[in-house]
Amino acid sequence: MSASRKSDGPSNPERRRLVETTLRGAVGAGVAGALIGAYQRSAEAMPTQAIRPPGALPDERAFLAACVRCGLCVRACPWNTLKLADLGDHVASGTPYFIARKTPCEMCEDIPCVKACPTGALDHGLVDINKAKMGTAVLVDEENCLNFLGLRCDVCYRDCPVIDKALTLEMESNPRTRKHAIFRPTVHASDCTGCGKCEKSCVLEEAAIKVLPLKVARGELGRHYRLGWKEYEKHQGPLVDGIVDLPDRAPGDVTPPSGVPDTPPIIDPTKLGKGWKP
Amino acid sequence: MTALSPTPKARLNREARLAAQEVLPARGFLTRNKFLLLRRLSQTLVLALFLTGPLFGLWIAKGTLASSMTFGILPLTDPLVLVQMLAARHAPEGLAILGAAIVAVGYALVSGRAYCSWVCPINPVTDLAHWTREKLGLQSKGWQPKPETRFWVLAMVLVVSGVTGSIAWELVNPITHAFRVVVFGATASLTFVVAVFLFDLFVARRGWCSHLCPVGAFYGLLGAGALVKVSTFKRAACDHCMDCYAVCPEPHVISPALEGAKKGASPVISSRDCTTCGRCIDVCDRGVFRFTHRFDASETTTVDAVRSNCSGETP
Ligand code: SF4
Ligand code: SF4
Ligand code: SF4
Ligand code: SF4
Repeated sequence: MSASRKSDGPSNPERRRLVETTLRGAVGAGVAGALIGAYQRSAEAMPTQAIRPPGALPDERAFLAACVRCGLCVRACPWNTLKLADLGDHVASGTPYFIARKTPCEMCEDIPCVKACPTGALDHGLVDINKAKMGTAVLVDEENCLNFLGLRCDVCYRDCPVIDKALTLEMESNPRTRKHAIFRPTVHASDCTGCGKCEKSCVLEEAAIKVLPLKVARGELGRHYRLGWKEYEKHQGPLVDGIVDLPDRAPGDVTPPSGVPDTPPIIDPTKLGKGWKP
Repeated sequence: MTALSPTPKARLNREARLAAQEVLPARGFLTRNKFLLLRRLSQTLVLALFLTGPLFGLWIAKGTLASSMTFGILPLTDPLVLVQMLAARHAPEGLAILGAAIVAVGYALVSGRAYCSWVCPINPVTDLAHWTREKLGLQSKGWQPKPETRFWVLAMVLVVSGVTGSIAWELVNPITHAFRVVVFGATASLTFVVAVFLFDLFVARRGWCSHLCPVGAFYGLLGAGALVKVSTFKRAACDHCMDCYAVCPEPHVISPALEGAKKGASPVISSRDCTTCGRCIDVCDRGVFRFTHRFDASETTTVDAVRSNCSGETP
């Protein structure tokens, strides 16, 4: 590095200096790059309350490859739902998100946010807001939901823009009183857009129903899984002909009905063995 | 807010000159700061176009410097952001491509680094750091990486974008963070802006914009063949007071033109690093510099012509 060093060998000091500065530049940039890369990785993890706008590419990394953090979607939102992440919001800085409990998405029919996005980070293929998948609502706390307690709150259900499809009330008997009903708010993820109106409207101090990112809220079957009864339906019969239908095994002393395939055996609880639990 | 006072060395030169009774006609404040003031005006205007909407409900430009929409018809996208997006393997919508093409062609034709001196909101910040530096009389230049380091940073940005599959620089870019502070009220984003200010003030003289910023590097490359240039067309009149070197954010660009007469070099400052800020035109008492186009190699060589027109007013 020092210019005063004698070059008594064949090595050329000019060239040596060039190699050194080049190396320094490359290594410095490499270290800075590694730091930014690590920061980037940590920015991919979003807090669960942060929900991306409608049409946002479902894979967070794909979204971060596309979103230039311009805020045009934020400007386009007539309800001021969307917010650009500031440093310390734990969302990649400059990217759009909303907190359903604060301001849910009003599901504009013309989806101005998607139209405004210049990059396709919000997928322009989304033209029907009812097909949006910002996340999905989950009734996270059955123990505090008023309807589960046997009352008729129903507020989330009434506020759902996709009422009776995304959110239904399922009636069952109330085991506490034994003579009343419970109307269980039930989310159907296939129709839920993740708008967050239900979470916003929940009357509790802390919402019992919450919108969560799909990745957090939903399970996923193994891709190779086949559901026997669906396959049976699809093929109008068993996939393989001539299957020998062995008698179904059931606990206790049960008599399988003979000759009728796929008919559940009739179990007489009084005949079940003592230690048996469902 | 660039240094209005020359470096001690330049001051010495000027004193020597004054001692030699070669007093030049006094130039007014406006003449001495013409392009500085125009640049501040331009930088303010850019922010103002984005601010009338949130402040007064009068929408002119929406978005940020990364991508914007003006009057609902003119899309503009930062081509460096688009390049990172491609490195991250996202195929953008046509609007982003069109916007980036408009910006790229504009800067490639006019002047690549005009982005730095006439548009970028970080430029006033680093200029302020430099000014504070001079006011505090900080003598040491601090850490001085090679000006080429920025190209390493640029390469790093593209590599990281490719490896992480995301627009990596936007995570830290002080330019768009500054923009979001002003236009979107993202106050915590000020952190990056303050960091750059402190870096330039205490760690490295003109460290950010002249050595490290990959955005400046990119626009420099983009404008390698741009038309608007500064020429040392009256270099024969130069008395080596060094004022221009003291104010230039990229002083290495000046000497090939200013001292190039003997070698037969063109008086045009052709380096892609020149930000076309015009600060040299402002400070030169002998009117050596002027804005021109890249093919204008004309110069004034006759000493008489030089002497009779050394007020600094360019014709
Ligand atoms: S659909 Fe409407 S309310 Fe929802 S985020 Fe987009 S613009 Fe805002
Ligand atoms: S408009 Fe698109 S690119 Fe711009 S911030 Fe919103 S999602 Fe990102
Ligand atoms: S988030 Fe809630 S309100 Fe919105 S569609 Fe889903 S269930 Fe309905
Ligand atoms: S609004 Fe809240 S408390 Fe009421 S039914 Fe819905 S989840 Fe339960």
